[in-house]
Amino acid sequence: MKSSISIRHVRRIYKDSDGNMVEALKNVSLDIKPGEFISIIGPSGCGKTTLLRLIAGLDKPQEGKLYIDDAPITGADPSRGYVFQQGSLFPWLSVRNNIAYGLKARRLYHKKKENISNYIDLVGLKGFEKSFPHQISGGMAQRVAIARALINEPKALLLDEPMGALDSFTRADLQDKILQLWKRDGTTMVLVTHDIDEAIYLSDRIVIMTPRPGKISKIIEVDLPRPRQRGSVAFLEMRRQILEFFELAQANPQPEYNI
Amino acid sequence: MDIKLTAKSINKKDRVSSETWNYKNTSFMLFKILFTISGFIIAIAVNILFPQKADVEFVTYYLNVGKYSIGFNMNSAYIVVLIALILIYGSSGIVSIFKKERRKLYSKNAAFRFFLGIALLVWDIGGTKLQFFAQPFFPGPAQIIEAYLADGSYIVQNTLYSLRLYAAGFSLGVLMGVGTGILIGWFPKVYYWVFPVLKITGVVPAVAWMPFALTLLPTSFSAAVFLIVICAWFQIAFLTAQGIQSTPRQSYEAARVLGGGQINQIVHVAIPHAMPDIFTGIGSANAMAFTTLVMSEMLGQPGGLGYYINQSKVWSAYYKVLAAIVIMAVLFSFINFLIGLIRKRVLRWQEGVIKV
Repeated sequence: MKSSISIRHVRRIYKDSDGNMVEALKNVSLDIKPGEFISIIGPSGCGKTTLLRLIAGLDKPQEGKLYIDDAPITGADPSRGYVFQQGSLFPWLSVRNNIAYGLKARRLYHKKKENISNYIDLVGLKGFEKSFPHQISGGMAQRVAIARALINEPKALLLDEPMGALDSFTRADLQDKILQLWKRDGTTMVLVTHDIDEAIYLSDRIVIMTPRPGKISKIIEVDLPRPRQRGSVAFLEMRRQILEFFELAQANPQPEYNI
Repeated sequence: MDIKLTAKSINKKDRVSSETWNYKNTSFMLFKILFTISGFIIAIAVNILFPQKADVEFVTYYLNVGKYSIGFNMNSAYIVVLIALILIYGSSGIVSIFKKERRKLYSKNAAFRFFLGIALLVWDIGGTKLQFFAQPFFPGPAQIIEAYLADGSYIVQNTLYSLRLYAAGFSLGVLMGVGTGILIGWFPKVYYWVFPVLKITGVVPAVAWMPFALTLLPTSFSAAVFLIVICAWFQIAFLTAQGIQSTPRQSYEAARVLGGGQINQIVHVAIPHAMPDIFTGIGSANAMAFTTLVMSEMLGQPGGLGYYINQSKVWSAYYKVLAAIVIMAVLFSFINFLIGLIRKRVLRWQEGVIKV
């Protein structure tokens, strides 16, 4: 129940709102092992979300290829779950129906509808089945989004800053939830984040990307034992390393940062 | 500014709480019930006691109820209506004594209902008793009720004709409007070719097409249906297309990664997202459909309330015109109410997000 993902020399260019061509990804290659937890971090504009969208099949590269279990990725597929940053729940569906959406879309509803309450329990949303998305908190909404992706029993889960809009307590809580799910199912995880602590806390490897053009600059192996302590010396040391890397990378800030 | 605002809100709170104290009292509610129905009681008293100065002919109509035959003239029918109002408002007042959540609304409506009785009284004097209102244009309430006594079954027949016309035209218009709107909103090609046509023809009032409709369509009924369809169709298609197009890309992407194909995205993402706009379209199309309905009945139908108005006008029977107008007011309000109910049910996910 886990997928390997390989990304081979991928290039993605798009036009920004001013009509300029932006190279979001330049010659990006990466291999993700089955069951691995990978985090992609980097400043905004480094192409991390673009990369995740390519893996999901929501977007296509201009050059290069992406493979899932050695088969080329041709389009979106429920075997690769995707959790958006925020606000991706269908506001007209209740919590339960949002989670059931994937089953209904794939005509598996009658076969697997008992799973729905399992996943509602799993993400701790019992009692909120009938609520509509605007009636629950942001953290709960993201848990619904995760349950909604998991109901399809994906072999890889792609997470696009799912905790970006949450307060730090809710965020820590959700991080533990995600770890717990990962341990249970062993799903391959790819997490895009701009939170260094989050990346260290969760992942096996951290992929650091830098912008203009978007590329992978460094891959760090996180060999800390689990469960990890956010305050441990080794944790803080790793954090210092990553921060130092970013400072070096931005030693010459681009003039467009000036106001 | 902040301080001012707080002071204001405290004031408002005080006012609200004193009101709450009032309608929690049963004796206060009894007073409100009495207040509500007293207007109608006075109206009855005036109708009985006030001398009939103007020259009005009182015809007695016989209604057969089983083997009994009951005679009514317009005054006794008017009194029956007033008594009915007293019974309705009185009983709803008594219900509100037991249902606490209804008390506030009931006592709020009391003043308006009281003055409704007073207005009927003034109208009765001005239109029937003394007739200082211009006649025959503004007959009293009793004369309007007389129209129902005299023309009852004929009015019912015309009302049903109108309803049939409306139901056929509007439901077809909604179906076609939503269908076209979805096609325009979803397929860029359809948008390119159809939308400009819709935009230009959509501003033309539907009745402008009447000459063509009456000549080219086999029956006058189908001609009127066609006109109502046109006026509902354009409006609803326009707004449906807008609702479909404004669906956020992320909603479609969420559907795609969950395994939703194109049909699924149309049915389960685009259409639900467009629903609020569809209902806005249905609401405004409904108002236009009423206009088109009555106008087409007035200009070329063998029946319907518009036809009845036209026919009564020829005989200067303005009390019958008013009788038909009263029916329209009630009927169209009821249709609006039904549409509102459906809307509330379908859009219940919006509750709390948007104040409907």
